[in-house]
Amino acid sequence: MELKVMRPGMLTTVQDLGRPGMRAEGIPAGGAMDAPALRIANLLVGNEECAAGLEVTLVGPEIEFAAETLIAFGGAEFESIPNWRPFRMRAGERLHMGPAVRGCRGYMAVAGGIAVETVLGGRGTHLQAGIGGLEGRALRAGDVLPTPQASRKVIGRWHLDERILPEYGDSPVVRIVRGAHERELGNALLTESFTVTNQSDRMGIRLEAAAPMRSAEPAALSGAVLPGSIQLPPDGQPIVLMADAQTLGGYPLIGHVIGPDLALLAQVRAGDKVTFREVSLDEAHALALARDKAIGLLRHGLAEKFA
Amino acid sequence: MDLLPLGDCGVVAVLGGEADEATLGRVRELAAEIAATRAPGILDIVPAYARVTVVYDPARFAGSGTRPFQTVCQLITWCAARVEARSAEPRGHGGGVREVEIPVCYGGEFGPDLQEVAQLCSLAPEEIIGRHSSAHYRVHAIGFVPGFPYLGGLPPSLHAPRRSTPRSSVPAGSVGIGGAQTGIYPFETPGGWRLIGRTPLKIFRPRETPPGLLRAGDRVRFRAIDAKEFAAWS
Repeated sequence: MELKVMRPGMLTTVQDLGRPGMRAEGIPAGGAMDAPALRIANLLVGNEECAAGLEVTLVGPEIEFAAETLIAFGGAEFESIPNWRPFRMRAGERLHMGPAVRGCRGYMAVAGGIAVETVLGGRGTHLQAGIGGLEGRALRAGDVLPTPQASRKVIGRWHLDERILPEYGDSPVVRIVRGAHERELGNALLTESFTVTNQSDRMGIRLEAAAPMRSAEPAALSGAVLPGSIQLPPDGQPIVLMADAQTLGGYPLIGHVIGPDLALLAQVRAGDKVTFREVSLDEAHALALARDKAIGLLRHGLAEKFA
Repeated sequence: MDLLPLGDCGVVAVLGGEADEATLGRVRELAAEIAATRAPGILDIVPAYARVTVVYDPARFAGSGTRPFQTVCQLITWCAARVEARSAEPRGHGGGVREVEIPVCYGGEFGPDLQEVAQLCSLAPEEIIGRHSSAHYRVHAIGFVPGFPYLGGLPPSLHAPRRSTPRSSVPAGSVGIGGAQTGIYPFETPGGWRLIGRTPLKIFRPRETPPGLLRAGDRVRFRAIDAKEFAAWS
């Protein structure tokens, strides 16, 4: 069984939950920008949370299903596509996604996952290094993706309790913990609101402040940076590093978006407003644990719902 | 050793103020010691310059009354003590450091900035080649792009600033100078370092484990080769 890409959309890639353990090689973990959306969509078709699905950006693809296939969408909303519930595509049927009506990145989970080759411990596409996914690149018209176990069936009637979802929005309040340079730079990060620029991508969400922020000298030696690290280059406009960001950086770090709120930034578009709120490290960890427990409960609840 | 948080899922162990020989050795050994614990919840270990950064999954440590950051700090402190104890033994330090020789064809189409670097450094191109290929280097970190080694040990007479406008495409294998460091582009990518030569070796091989030819801590020498030998490698 397989699915065929009739039109690729703006930027559609195969993504899973990334390839951790490779940062010493200079390889970021990558994977879904909105990881909880892919995890939940996967659970809704009876998959492991880490199965590979499609990440679609702003304008979705058109896809033809060779055989009857159970799929679910999460993340950004697309007109006429039901979000956060499994549904069945018939053999030969085409799904036309069109533009997103809310959010930036949607996730299509397919029962059994998309069986592209595992490269360096992950199936996700890392565009810069050209590895993972389908030939390390974005999908093109005519591509065929193997879906070996797509014909799963849903047992009974049930629906997702949407309180589990991240609090998406076009002007999200994003929680941060402090960075090493916070004292020198004051609290501009916490008092202003920032506009998302169209230079944003899987490597970073680039923000624009009304007035450039005062930056410090770059560090003498580069150090490791992570998704969520907020860099302040000399132009005074902050960048929140995301899934595919480089692993080392020398710019001052003025804060770090907490893991659970990276999903909110995965869904912002150019022109959206972002504000930041500080939380303690303990609060950040409690939020990460709460998110993980909620998804764990969902996994448990759906354990017997597929055949 | 200072231990600092890096966001909500990283701990940075600072082993010194600069990446000198002794610090690089301790960085390499601490990273290996932490990896050897195979502690669940530790996702990544990044040795770079004078620091080791440990990436953890807070959800794997939180709950059960323990605080993730403190738990990871304890693990790192324990590993650092083991490294220290071992270094007190005879033949403790420096074991297992790899030496890698990288053949490089300097100048010409492979090193389009060699003349410019020679001018910037007030040296003849042959002197640039001679000094670059006789120095002893050490891999300080891998980053910028997957597999890109930042090499310390560039003679001060060869320090040259990055190009003011980066190239939109640098060929794989290009050897460049960026300030006080030299490095090798693992695949075709945009880049701003001044290119003095190219190696026929594949330094990033995504189908192999590990994918990178070099690791932080390795010792590196460059060997000048001619275009004929370059062609024979390819």
